[in-house]
Amino acid sequence: MVNKQTKTMAKVKPGWDGFSLKPKREMPEGLWIACPSCQNMLYKKSVEENLDICPECSHHFRIDGRKRIRQLADDGSFEEMGAELVSSDPLGFSAAGKNYAERIRSFSEKGQNEAILVGKAFIRGRGVMLSVMDFSFLGGSMGMVVGEKFCLAVEKAIEESLPLVVVSASGGARMHEGVVSLGQMAKTSAALARFDESRGLFISVLTDPTTGGVTASFAMLGDIIIAEPRALIGFAGPRTIYETIKIELPEGFQRSEFLLEHGFIDMIVHRRDLRSEIGRLIDYCGK
Amino acid sequence: MANGTMKNNGLQYLPFENRIAQIDRKITDLREQAGITDNNASRIRLLQQDLTAELKRLYSNLTPWQVVQVSRHPQRPLFRDYLNLMIKDYRELHGDRCFGDDPAIVTAFGQIGREKVLIIGQEKGRDIKEKIACNFGCPNPEGYRKALAKMKLAEKFGLPVVTFIDTPGAYPGIGAEERGQAQAIAVNLREMSRLRVPIICIVIGEGGSGGALGIGVGDRMAILQYAYYSVISPEGCAGILWHDGTQADKAAQALCLTAPELKELGIVDTIIPEALGGAHRNLHDTVYNVEQYITRTLRDLKRMKIENLLENRYKKILAIGGSDQKVIKSRIEKPKIPKRLSVEAQLRDIEKIPIEKESTAGTPTRDND
Ligand SMILES: [Zn+2]
Repeated sequence: MVNKQTKTMAKVKPGWDGFSLKPKREMPEGLWIACPSCQNMLYKKSVEENLDICPECSHHFRIDGRKRIRQLADDGSFEEMGAELVSSDPLGFSAAGKNYAERIRSFSEKGQNEAILVGKAFIRGRGVMLSVMDFSFLGGSMGMVVGEKFCLAVEKAIEESLPLVVVSASGGARMHEGVVSLGQMAKTSAALARFDESRGLFISVLTDPTTGGVTASFAMLGDIIIAEPRALIGFAGPRTIYETIKIELPEGFQRSEFLLEHGFIDMIVHRRDLRSEIGRLIDYCGK
Repeated sequence: MANGTMKNNGLQYLPFENRIAQIDRKITDLREQAGITDNNASRIRLLQQDLTAELKRLYSNLTPWQVVQVSRHPQRPLFRDYLNLMIKDYRELHGDRCFGDDPAIVTAFGQIGREKVLIIGQEKGRDIKEKIACNFGCPNPEGYRKALAKMKLAEKFGLPVVTFIDTPGAYPGIGAEERGQAQAIAVNLREMSRLRVPIICIVIGEGGSGGALGIGVGDRMAILQYAYYSVISPEGCAGILWHDGTQADKAAQALCLTAPELKELGIVDTIIPEALGGAHRNLHDTVYNVEQYITRTLRDLKRMKIENLLENRYKKILAIGGSDQKVIKSRIEKPKIPKRLSVEAQLRDIEKIPIEKESTAGTPTRDND
């Protein structure tokens, strides 16, 4: 069944390896990298200088949270908040030789503290509360710390009347925190209800991939929803859907263009234009 | 007598209930023997005591995976059983005014005790025809939108909302994605957090992830004793951890998905006791307990000013996984069983009941439907 599925997926997009919670090694060591979309061998440095976009086919590579902030915020303007928060491992999750607490520790030793970074920043001179998810941290999964930091950002945005910009990249809720992670969907959405009542502007930016509990909570609640081109965005992952219905998924299914066509996002914005578009939208909303 | 025997034969057993099935069969056989003698009357009585003791032994030590199996028992009461037994004159309301009417989420006006409420429930369907119609309890976006549309109606007319959760999860299909499954759930979460009427949520069977949460945000959260609530199905979790769905028992253990564990985590407020041996063995007692819980809780919630209610709800939601989140303790408290359902009371009942009549204790009393 797995083989069959891989074949089906291959038809959807050449070289695409299906949805996986494991971070893709989109930037392997070495000077040259292969573009997963057009298969061209690319000089790594030229891709990095091009905002991690393939110069040949405009494929948007996945980028981690720090890099996203460097690309999006005005130089040196990001003031991080909540960096000290660490998961308490509420279930004491340990199974199949995987100890959740140890994994969290090994991430913090590498200097990565969670799957979201939040803080005050400027985008083209406009003050914002910026939250950026980090897919390289346990698949960008939402646990108690992601929920807590998100709410911290919302509260601060209300307090200081700042627009809220959230860049999502997530496989969904964090399994290791069980129903506590599920509760973060309610928590982030409830905080956004308050933000809404304070007439705050929430710009939600969806990047590859945004699925599961993050899509089914704050990511889809933007006043304005932007997606990067060809990002995978959905509730259920394509693999789950295929295993349920056993029907080949249509071309371009659950991609940004599909969501635009079905009326669930406002616009698709090339990474190169993200800063200017966000700035313009903030101006229109008078924030 | 004939009727009772039929019911007995109709009961289905879970893989770990072999000994219970054996005792049940022996009782049935004795009853079927022509003419009841004093001898087999007393043997039946002894067997029934045996049965009750065995049920108590087994059901006070269920593993998490066994709890999941009980929550999925083919004869477990479903939302429509509660609706029919609890509410005499309900009025079902259909349609999301947008795309369609999802039978996996039922919405109705009804009266519980003296209280008029809006009742929302996830329905799995009893026979195969119903199951297919209800998509096995997996709602589509129009189900969540219907629920929200009716909640807004309840808000307008000041009716409290009671939701019954029983779903393996929201449906993962092409149509569901095209019509915005994620968006529909997300909007419900936001709107339920600020709906200006009391909301009570009760997990009656399976609390499957975001699909359950989509009608599961409110002032109070209760769960039946052998229901479960989880971020992912044990099979799905096992698939990720071991690439093998058959290790679901281990995954169920790791996920802390049983009622006592959820209470410990602060996710649920109340555990509603089920009849000995699970809700399917005594539908009426279980429905009664749920009804009592709703009546009592509504009385409390209606006393509160709406602004306080909303502030408490907001704080409660924000506290999930907050900085003062309790770390789960290794020792889990067992729920308190009301006296009426205690094993001692049931044993006494067996003594009292003459053999000619169908016993209600220890034997199933689920209505055939
Ligand atoms: Zn390319």
